[in-house]
Amino acid sequence: MALPIYASTTQRVWHYSYLTICGLIFFFLIAPILVIIPLSFNAQNFFTFTPEMLRFDPAGYSLKHYNDFFTNSDWQLAMKNSLKIAPVATLISVSLGTLAAIGLSQSHVPGRRAIMATLISPMIVPLIISATGMYFFYSNPYIPIPFYGKLYLPFTLTGEYWGVVLAHAALGIPFVIITVTATLVGFDKSLTRASAMMGAGPVRTFFRVQMPLIMPGVISGALFAFITSFDEVVVVLFVGSAQNKTLPWQMFIGLREQISPTILAAATILITVSVILLLVVELLRRRSERLRGMSPG
Amino acid sequence: MTDTTSQSGPMLAADGTPLKKSLHRAQRRQKVRALMLIAPLLLFILVTFIAPIFDMLLRSVENDIVPDTLPRTVVALQDWDNASGEAPDEETFRAFYTDFALAEEQKAHTRLGSRLNFEMSGISSVFRSTGRDVGKFDTDYYTDQFVDADEVYEDPVQWSEWMADDGVASALPQTADAYAGWVKVLNEEGDDPLDEDIPDFVYTALYHDLAAGANPPVLPSVDVSGWDDISLKEQFIDSNEDWADPDIWATIKAFSGPYTAGYFANSIDLQSTPEGFAQRDEDERIYIKLFIRTMVMSLAITGMCILLGYPIAYLLSHLPARKANLLMILVLLPFWTSLLVRTSAWKVLLQNQGVINDILVWIGIVSDDNRLALINNANGTIIAMTHILLPFMILPLFSVMKTINPSYVRAAKSMGANDWTAFWRVYFPNSVPGIGAGSILVFILSIGYYITPELVGGVDGVFISNRIAYHISSSLNWGLAAALGSILLVLVLGLYYVYDRVVGIDNVKLGG
Repeated sequence: MALPIYASTTQRVWHYSYLTICGLIFFFLIAPILVIIPLSFNAQNFFTFTPEMLRFDPAGYSLKHYNDFFTNSDWQLAMKNSLKIAPVATLISVSLGTLAAIGLSQSHVPGRRAIMATLISPMIVPLIISATGMYFFYSNPYIPIPFYGKLYLPFTLTGEYWGVVLAHAALGIPFVIITVTATLVGFDKSLTRASAMMGAGPVRTFFRVQMPLIMPGVISGALFAFITSFDEVVVVLFVGSAQNKTLPWQMFIGLREQISPTILAAATILITVSVILLLVVELLRRRSERLRGMSPG
Repeated sequence: MTDTTSQSGPMLAADGTPLKKSLHRAQRRQKVRALMLIAPLLLFILVTFIAPIFDMLLRSVENDIVPDTLPRTVVALQDWDNASGEAPDEETFRAFYTDFALAEEQKAHTRLGSRLNFEMSGISSVFRSTGRDVGKFDTDYYTDQFVDADEVYEDPVQWSEWMADDGVASALPQTADAYAGWVKVLNEEGDDPLDEDIPDFVYTALYHDLAAGANPPVLPSVDVSGWDDISLKEQFIDSNEDWADPDIWATIKAFSGPYTAGYFANSIDLQSTPEGFAQRDEDERIYIKLFIRTMVMSLAITGMCILLGYPIAYLLSHLPARKANLLMILVLLPFWTSLLVRTSAWKVLLQNQGVINDILVWIGIVSDDNRLALINNANGTIIAMTHILLPFMILPLFSVMKTINPSYVRAAKSMGANDWTAFWRVYFPNSVPGIGAGSILVFILSIGYYITPELVGGVDGVFISNRIAYHISSSLNWGLAAALGSILLVLVLGLYYVYDRVVGIDNVKLGG
């Protein structure tokens, strides 16, 4: 990208204006997220910088919105629910998803393309459609029986904890499938053969040889599944109820009805969480590439 | 020579079975093992995800409520000609009376009214007002007459014995039918038919059976020839004169099947008329407009993403790895940040008294009383969604640009092309697959978006998905929501198919 010494004036002008444009686009990408952070320390209930804040007067800053976040019962309930739903949904998607990804990576799988398309579909179908279908079906689940009709099951999942967990697990599965199959692409089959030759059974081979090698893929799949559930709001709005509202639900309702600056505090906390997750995924990716003998990107 | 010719059959594996068979068996075992590993997840997805989607597709055509609530009327209406310009005959009203009275017992008539109101506005109030009157029809005359003739007609236990008798049931078809319907309703509500008073409509059905010349065994004989004949058609029209309107009956008849195309017709701005489906009035057509707007705005967002994403991807793919990785974080951080966080950021920034307007006023580009309307309209949706979807454009573009061999551009330049020609004629065509992949991805994601348009879109910045949500949670027209959802689903799956052809679903990369 460096400019050669012999570059003409037009080339120089063009080069620097291009870099400026890129700078502006990066600014567009990152500024809205960064601007939230100082605003969340606003001592006033405003959504813009007060004159005190611009003068860096300590009186213009306070932790009152954070205080509200950690004492308000609505926000606390939402946070507790989020932490109760996301890990369980992640556990379901990761355990089922990893097994299926290993199955899919075998050389002869009949209907591989169709199976893959089905498993990826929760990521492709717009959330509003998934939410609509789940709202209908979960409120009165049934088993369709040909020539008989619907056999209704005697329970409902709408408004229930397990309804949200199952829905979120379904939404997280494509991410686990994608990340784990990507790790398995570079997997050296002769390792499992070597292990079998040395007398290890399939289970032992899986846990002692295969698992440690695909672990980075599994963990980053788990993080994706976790963040999917943790961030998801459309399905929760439809399938959940006020008792199992999550953080995004509370933020959504807050933004739509009575916008309060506590949302900014919640947003800052979520940004911190996502920065941590981003770093973990990045480290795992590098480790995985190193393990598989690829040069770190 | 003899050695080899003696083994002229198929090649054999070590254990003596033909090699082909042995290989086949080994492969089958492998296939079964692979499928066993996949099966639990496939089953899980089928139950938790695919079944709901099919349920939604089914609901977009399902119309059980009309034939379930008005089974007798639906049959009677088959002979009625909706072009006659008149309400149906007395016969149909008798069937309707039984249906309606039964529906009123379970309050199903209001649900039916709301269902038909989606097709013809105003029907709902007709059903509700007659629901209040149907218990007070003059048909209690028959009840009194029968009880006066013989006290035993008042006894529910006696009735249940009569109706259990096959001879009686076949002699009095209407009565048996009405009685059976009533017993069914009571059982569903947990009441005992042996303790409840026989309702007027059963006596009415009995009168009509006897007046038609039925001669049942067992029942005490009653001479009904001198009794008044109460017209149920008049009773209904007295209750609400709209029952004389053939349009109501045409609507009921049009939606009497177990399946209907009505919801789909509604979702493309058609309405049912006695002559079939016709286009709605100009000012009532909203869905086609909304679909077009969703498409146009998604295209605009995709275009913006190409415009902003291309320079960034180009820069990232030409920088040395260390710098590129650092800058990549600026792309990945928004990608990882909660959607709600990014939407709230835009809500805060774009407000009338928000940061952007404050800065513009401070610089002096806009005056204080003339602040830009950046939120609660299409601008807000496009700005916020471009920001949210930009990483989905940059990442595929970047991975394609990484693979473009830099010597192509150098070759072009060495052959005398200037910078622009080398870029436009050589580099750009090579990067088109990346633009294609990114565009389809961004477009698919954007046409189904709900949260962001809902929060920053106001009235004219919302998408079809917001309408679907509205029909589910506010207007309760679930069938229409399902039909709109089905159309959107077909659109997305079509694009998904294209994406799979162009890029391959296996090549989806997450986070670079």
